[in-house]
Amino acid sequence: MTDPILSIRNLTVDLPRGADRPHAVEALTLQVQPREIVCIVGESGSGKSITAFTTMGLLPKALTPSSGEVLFEGRDLLTLPAAEHAKLRGRRMAMIFQEPMSALNPCYTVGDQIEEMFEQHTTLSKAERRARTLHLLDEVQLPDPPRIYESYPHQLSGGQRQRIVIAMALALDPALLIADEPTTALDLSTQAQILHLLKDLREKHSAGILFVTHDFDVVAEIADRVVVMKQGRIVEQGPAEEVLTRPRHPYTRLLIDAVPRRSRAVGQDLSRSPEILRVAGLDKTYHIRGTMFRPARTVHACRDIEFGVRRGETLGIVGESGSGKSTLVKCLIRLEDPDNGAVWVEGTNIAGYSRRALHPYRKDIQIVFQDPYGSLNPRRTIGDQLAEGPTNFGEPRAKVMARARELMRIVRLEPEALNRYPNQFSGGQRQRICIARALMVEPKVLIADEAVSALDVSVQKEVLKLLNEIRDRMGLTVLFITHDLRVAAQVCDRLIVMQKGEIVERGTVDEVFGTPKHAYTQKLLAAQPGQAWEVPDIASLPPARLDAMGGLI
Amino acid sequence: MTHTPPVPPVREVQPSPRQMMLRRALRHRGLLFGGAVMLVILLIAIFAPLLSQHSPYAQSLMARMKPPVFLGGEATHWLGTDALGRDYWSRLAHGARVSLMIGLFAATISALIGSTLGILAGYFGGRVDMAVTFLINVRLAMPVVLVALAVVALFGGSLTVVVTVLGLLLWDRFAVVLRAATMQVRKLEYVAAAEVLGASLPRILWKDILPNVMNHLIVIFTLEMAHAIILEAALSFLGLGVQPPTPSWGLMISEGKEMLLFEPWLITIPGVALFLLVLSINMLGDGIRDVTAPEGRN
Repeated sequence: MTDPILSIRNLTVDLPRGADRPHAVEALTLQVQPREIVCIVGESGSGKSITAFTTMGLLPKALTPSSGEVLFEGRDLLTLPAAEHAKLRGRRMAMIFQEPMSALNPCYTVGDQIEEMFEQHTTLSKAERRARTLHLLDEVQLPDPPRIYESYPHQLSGGQRQRIVIAMALALDPALLIADEPTTALDLSTQAQILHLLKDLREKHSAGILFVTHDFDVVAEIADRVVVMKQGRIVEQGPAEEVLTRPRHPYTRLLIDAVPRRSRAVGQDLSRSPEILRVAGLDKTYHIRGTMFRPARTVHACRDIEFGVRRGETLGIVGESGSGKSTLVKCLIRLEDPDNGAVWVEGTNIAGYSRRALHPYRKDIQIVFQDPYGSLNPRRTIGDQLAEGPTNFGEPRAKVMARARELMRIVRLEPEALNRYPNQFSGGQRQRICIARALMVEPKVLIADEAVSALDVSVQKEVLKLLNEIRDRMGLTVLFITHDLRVAAQVCDRLIVMQKGEIVERGTVDEVFGTPKHAYTQKLLAAQPGQAWEVPDIASLPPARLDAMGGLI
Repeated sequence: MTHTPPVPPVREVQPSPRQMMLRRALRHRGLLFGGAVMLVILLIAIFAPLLSQHSPYAQSLMARMKPPVFLGGEATHWLGTDALGRDYWSRLAHGARVSLMIGLFAATISALIGSTLGILAGYFGGRVDMAVTFLINVRLAMPVVLVALAVVALFGGSLTVVVTVLGLLLWDRFAVVLRAATMQVRKLEYVAAAEVLGASLPRILWKDILPNVMNHLIVIFTLEMAHAIILEAALSFLGLGVQPPTPSWGLMISEGKEMLLFEPWLITIPGVALFLLVLSINMLGDGIRDVTAPEGRN
């Protein structure tokens, strides 16, 4: 075996006093070989990003590595002076960040920003720098490099920006590339391209890649080796194939078991149940007025949307960003007024109602939003927020509080939680509170707008289970908006695929995913990472054996 | 076999936001210092008649320009007397009432005008925002001191006139800051959720917007309070603020200015008092900002 590029031995990083655990990372040992992609997987708070930041020397000041060593090309990065470390960054090791929107400086053209790498670390002439930059842009498969070179970040899409970040990282042929969730903020098809690009580059540049992610499909797509972390400790590591299909540690098994399957268990027959929501010919166009510097634009966010949902059914609405899903949702809950068309809720068309006329029908359609941190008012108690809806519809306080307590039990939180504030709850708990809040007014239709996208996989599983339970128990109709095809396949009865404001395909999950007819659906399905990976049936694996410390035997 | 993690009970005793705020407050030195000085001045203002043996108006030609104790004066007038023989400590203590009252009332009027405009502009955007922004620009185009001078000259100087004029002139910062803060809060999903749950507009503004921009409001309030106190002192110094013989710190400085070279303590004493009051208000404001929004600290 060749020498590893990066070898982390027994690394421990301390957390400041008063944190929920003493170490962010504890006794961590891992290696990255040349031409190898090592994936660190774990849920939020597992210490995977801290590991990446320690290696790059970008740790926040409050965190200090207390023991161990990080050997990179024979030198211990932990004892290296800051200035020496800075010289390595960009030249020998480079980083790709999660958020391509904020990783680039909006004041400079992307060409200038890539060239800065050469300016900092080499003595190339202006012309050579430009030539190298154009070559890089070509290498990360950006169309028309001279035009991109002159562009500012805001003129490029998210995927293009992420390519620029990758080009910057590759500029000086680093031996080690650290990627911290580089595709999490991207659409499915863009993600597929970026992953493909990274795999390509590993071959061409012989760099080792340390890839931090939470997504097992991505791991299955690109990893050579997998490191699973939990609360700052490595619980399992090994070749990707081994860890993904025959996980040994209970925690790895729990995570893999929580990955939604690509098929739904059994759909019940709903053809007889009455149609509760029908949308017909719904249009929404945004006119963006031109200014002196910008021509006027018209965006068709929704065009002739038509669908119906039956009582007890879960309808999935799938599409990438910009497909018009969010606008459709806003029109349904009337945060936006549709230009044309009808929204029938049990025979009443609410699309044209004024604010006042709409009021009694508001409670029929409720929504759970994506961001568990932004959707609860931090300055009001949970109980107060739960009571908000029924109070607005004139129900007596005592009755309302009784229902709030009952709903807290249904979403598996203690009724005393009603007296607390949102900051005392985790993301998953907050999402359950949001579900309870929506259910307080006894809606007929519940819209889950990317409601589980921001959650860790094991928490996501819990929330999905809860949603399913509530739907069956209360006969609720659910509109499930998501970009995650796995989740859609698992929970939905029927699917709608949207692209550029139009419905391009519809049908049952099996029809849409099994025999997609529209080119866009086919493209979307092909872009899913990790398709070769069949999620193993955890129950069929031999039982895990652990020693007293929780390590594998 | 399924691996269902047990739902963790919400047992961990995590402090409520209010408790956490209190904890941060008790550790914040600036806040504690500012609060303590402010409290002392407040108590002096409230109990002014009890704390001074002399009336702030009683003149005594026999005892003019007595120096304070630390400059060799007598204990009967421990801060000395002014050019008309009035007890300086008594005037200072009663003057604190005027300064605090002007600060509080002017800032309250400003806060009402400015935050209403700012919140409405931030919430509705569009035309409302354009109108409010126009008003803010108009207001910013007016030089405060000049306008205040002109109005006071027209209507005559009295406490009410000064408070009203300052209140009507100092709302710009409230409007600008609350407009921006509201625009941020308005985008958050809990506001959308409240709307979907059928909350009326005033209810959303009162329950969901206002509490979440309150920290900005409090900080600006302290800043403008200090601003109003200084402006009143300036107006009084120019002879157009509170009229004599009402004791006001600005007026005391103004009356002492002829004696600047001979009896400098006539100016230093009210000057130091003014400095301490404004400093404590500003430190209190900074502290409140740090304590209520620790993420905004730099």
